[in-house]
Amino acid sequence: MMMKITITALVLTLIGISCVSAEPSAGPNLGRHASPDQIKRWQISVMPDGSGLPAGQGNVSQGKIIYLQKCQSCHGPDGQGASADQLAGASMKLTDEWPEKTIGTYWPFATTLFDFNRRSMPMLAPGSLSDNEVYAVTAYLLYLNDIIDEKAVMNANTLKKVRMPNRDGFINMYKDNDK
Amino acid sequence: MADKKLAGNPKQTIFKAVANNGLLDRRLLLKSGLTFVAASVTANMANASNANSKSAKKIDPANPPWMHTPGAPFSNYGKPSVHEEDVVRYPAANSQVDGNGSSWTPLHELEGMITPNGLHFERHHNGVPQIDPAEHRLLIHGLVKQASFFTVEDLLRYPMHSQICFLECGGNSNAGFNKRPVGASAGYFHGLVSCSEWTGVPLSVLLNEVGVDNKDHWLIAEGADAFAMNISIPMEKAMDDAILAFYQNGERLRPENGYPMRLILPGWEGVMNVKWLRRLTVAESPVMARNETARYTELLPSGKANMFSMEMEAKSLITSPSSGMHLQQKGLYQITGLAWSGSGKVSKVEVSADGGESWAEAELQSPVLEKCFTRFRIPWQWDGSESVLKSRVTDESGYRQPERSELISQRGRHGFFHYNAIVSWAVDSEGYVTHIYDDEDNDNGTGIDADWD
Ligand code: HEC
Repeated sequence: MMMKITITALVLTLIGISCVSAEPSAGPNLGRHASPDQIKRWQISVMPDGSGLPAGQGNVSQGKIIYLQKCQSCHGPDGQGASADQLAGASMKLTDEWPEKTIGTYWPFATTLFDFNRRSMPMLAPGSLSDNEVYAVTAYLLYLNDIIDEKAVMNANTLKKVRMPNRDGFINMYKDNDK
Repeated sequence: MADKKLAGNPKQTIFKAVANNGLLDRRLLLKSGLTFVAASVTANMANASNANSKSAKKIDPANPPWMHTPGAPFSNYGKPSVHEEDVVRYPAANSQVDGNGSSWTPLHELEGMITPNGLHFERHHNGVPQIDPAEHRLLIHGLVKQASFFTVEDLLRYPMHSQICFLECGGNSNAGFNKRPVGASAGYFHGLVSCSEWTGVPLSVLLNEVGVDNKDHWLIAEGADAFAMNISIPMEKAMDDAILAFYQNGERLRPENGYPMRLILPGWEGVMNVKWLRRLTVAESPVMARNETARYTELLPSGKANMFSMEMEAKSLITSPSSGMHLQQKGLYQITGLAWSGSGKVSKVEVSADGGESWAEAELQSPVLEKCFTRFRIPWQWDGSESVLKSRVTDESGYRQPERSELISQRGRHGFFHYNAIVSWAVDSEGYVTHIYDDEDNDNGTGIDADWD
């Protein structure tokens, strides 16, 4: 403990000196270089233009098997919903009295589904699916929502081209962005 | 608790009212000798603790036993009195995922403007990670000059900055969308909001260091929890008043509030204030994460939905007397509550005791800070008649909190997020307080829309 306090005090003294020549808002510059290889291991975001999608692929029938084993217990048969959200099969439109906000009726981007399934699902073992499995289960959910057909294969190229039914359903409340 | 029930001032003094049904000039609060009747909590919990104190041996306050035996020794970390053990958060979680849900702050039990750390509301998507700070890194990369890792130890050496501000979940109060008014205590449906002093490194300092140069860019933030929560933040906000926080009310963050580090975006909806922050990516456009598309967007009657509605609108709420409390007798009461706005300072809070026919201005407790809880108070002479209490806030931008009927007619019933309508508490002739909607809001529907997601 003593040791730690001494070291911290020393660094602060050095900052004090270096601040003289620095811009007022500049910090002590303690960041450590992050190499492209290191960043690759951290980077799991998938953008709407498809950047960030990994290599690999999966199809609807493979996805169905994964869904039955790893998703259905919470999301119900055919994504009808159970203890967790309904994922497909909405019968109510967004303007109906009881609108159903599902992947098919509400989600604007298919890339979001890959991003989310890979980072957050299945809930009790997040991050446990391989990229191929994520492609497959994503394909199955898109198929259940009548967005792609039974034979479709999802990969970095095909997924980013999937146009979601509610793609134009949103009003951007943050001024000038991303029309 | 027992004292709350005993307190009272049956003496009827006549004061000049400033609005109908007994609302008095707020300046009377400062007059000496004014004693208030305290509203008591009638929940079972309160009765239970009364029973406890009654069953104990009778104590003579003139000569209490605790003056005759040495008190408890010192402790490493203090706890609330055992007599306050009913003042707790109210958790509700998914049946198969313990850590998916939220816990509400008991706003109706608290005073002042600071929420104690152990009572700060929680909203987690997959539990509270137990992070070893020595093994945690923050990576800032993307459209920056120098992609960098930071350790917690590194970051604690940076110049720090504090701000006292509220933090509110976008889904707070959404039971207001239900067709029938919920009967829970005030905090247990409006308490996904809390207020703390947050201390940390201004995010702009770090962003300047790694080199960002475009205010139209976005910052994609990611947490180190089992949900890997991610969300997009406009660079303008990040460079304006965002804080990478390490301390909450003077101590290091609690695990459930993001230990070892979290984002604080003053005034902006809770989900964006990413806890357990591990990564910031600078990008040209938002990532369109599930929690900024499928959730935390507000469906309108037109079928379109608002997206990136990030600032929390002005809201106020009477915390006492409120739902579930009981006014034991006629007399003088202090109406008190909280007001806040994501766009700046609270400029005025008005209170009505006649369901909104007439309004009187409440006293604002200083300091009145930007994007921060503001405590308001006003004296009220209750004559024993049925009354409806309401509060409404106006913020410094001139925006005034809407009536529920107004909100529903503009935004419909399926917005789910950003519910900020005026709250009405009905006091019946026996002094029992319940949550009601205005007549024009009552559609006698039976359905409940705002189920938990
Ligand atoms: C143990 C229960 C559980 C399992 C198993 C599970 N999920 Fe989930 N899932 C949830 C919960 C709970 C949520 C809601 C998360 C939240 O909102 O915080 C959710 C949300 C989702 C959503 C977002 C729904 C929406 O409308 O926003 C998708 C998509 C999803 N899960 C896909 C999957 C897939 C694919 C699998 C299997 C690989 C899976 N889930 C397995 C519990 C589970």
